[in-house]
Amino acid sequence: MNAPATFKAIVTPASPRIMAERQPKIVARDVDVFYGDKHAIKKLSIDIPDRAVSAFIGPSGCGKSTFLRAINRMNDTIPSCRVAGNITVDGRDIYDRDIDVVQLRANVGMVFQKPNPFPKSIFENVAYGPRIHGLAGNKTDLEEIVVSSLKKAGLFEEVKDRLQHPGTGLSGGQQQRLCIARAIAVNPEVILMDEPCSALDPIATARIEELIDELRQNYCIVIVTHSMQQAARVSQLTAFFHLGTLVEFGDTDEVFTAPQEKRTQDYITGRFG
Amino acid sequence: MSDHIVRSYDEDLNSLKTMLAQMGGLVEQQLDDAIDALSRRDTALADRVIQNDEKVDALEHQIEEKAILTIAKRQPVARDLREIMVAIRVSSDLERIGDLAKNTAKRTHAMSEALPRKLMTGVIRMGRLAQEELKNILDAYARTDAVKALDVWRADEDLDALYNSIFRELLTYMMEDPRNISLCTHLLFGAKNMERIGDHATNIAENIHYLVHGKPLAEGRPKRDNTSMYRLESNLPAED
Repeated sequence: MNAPATFKAIVTPASPRIMAERQPKIVARDVDVFYGDKHAIKKLSIDIPDRAVSAFIGPSGCGKSTFLRAINRMNDTIPSCRVAGNITVDGRDIYDRDIDVVQLRANVGMVFQKPNPFPKSIFENVAYGPRIHGLAGNKTDLEEIVVSSLKKAGLFEEVKDRLQHPGTGLSGGQQQRLCIARAIAVNPEVILMDEPCSALDPIATARIEELIDELRQNYCIVIVTHSMQQAARVSQLTAFFHLGTLVEFGDTDEVFTAPQEKRTQDYITGRFG
Repeated sequence: MSDHIVRSYDEDLNSLKTMLAQMGGLVEQQLDDAIDALSRRDTALADRVIQNDEKVDALEHQIEEKAILTIAKRQPVARDLREIMVAIRVSSDLERIGDLAKNTAKRTHAMSEALPRKLMTGVIRMGRLAQEELKNILDAYARTDAVKALDVWRADEDLDALYNSIFRELLTYMMEDPRNISLCTHLLFGAKNMERIGDHATNIAENIHYLVHGKPLAEGRPKRDNTSMYRLESNLPAED
């Protein structure tokens, strides 16, 4: 498809109805991300609310994953990557010199496309984070954290009798829930999910979606997904990205019934990709 | 709107549109025949209208099936979804209009030759007005023209006003001579049918608006049918 010469970008963040009721958790202003010469994100501004699921959708290469990774500085690991502009979580500039990136990534956890448990036991997978962050005073505390994290991730009942078995021996969907438990164990405020269900079958996907819906009571969740139906099902807000800009950010109910922008409409109805 | 990446999706939506156009045409014909039958007291034509109603019903089922299948297969969103929902609703309004045409045709049998011509004219006039409204709204739907739909929606006021005056007129005839009551009641139902057809046309108008704009029509429609408020003064002795 032809890229339009003048493309309407939202410079000031749109405000979905849901934002009227709550404080933004994540605030991005004029964010640019470059990979070498490639300008992947262009002057992007958005307010993301707490205790809600915000879905990022858009065709491959639109910048949605890049922006997601900018929220916990995952892009720092890519040498050619440069981020400009301002991103704050709870009012704190996450690109500030004084920020401890390890602490930031505990606070802003991430779940990836492919479940990636450590080659250790189920127990150790979850216990690792709290241990290195010094969250547990003793063994009993640690056990408590592991059990409650596994419970929150909806996995405990399935694994309670084999906590010492390797995490890699679980099914794909269970592994993904284990990764979610691992993220939860370090008391994050924000959970970023980069296509968390794309490697899972429909039943495992439904379990994760159910879990996301429960987690949103306590966390700010941002999910990147290629499944439009999934975005419609799990999120309260939907952001449509295209060519490195945010085209539309609105209440999911509206985006999927009567989107404001023609480009959003064309994408979600399957007219370009 | 066309050009889905998956071409058969366009075909699904187009075939829905085609079926609706076909159903619209059929219902228009039914209404035309019903009014002709009534005005000429042509019972053979009236019977044909009654029979043809089955075809209208069958088309409604086909449209519904196609719509449900398309939803199941494509999981439509945004405008595609609205298009399908509106197709279902429009087909159900058209089916109702078909029923009202059939009901009007049925009453042809009750019209005696002795019926004074002038009693009939008002109802026929309403019928022609309802026909025009139907034609205009089907046009607006075929072209997805929300402006034209709004015109039809507003014009329904005329039909309501005409119904009011016919209602009063028929009441007067009935009071003049009780032998008119039976015929006038049939005519009154006929007039009511035409008024209802106008209401279904405005439903379709509201759906076209929703299809185009994605939100319901905000204005309240000016409603002029206030026959439900009429009453005759009774001169029976009060009971106590």
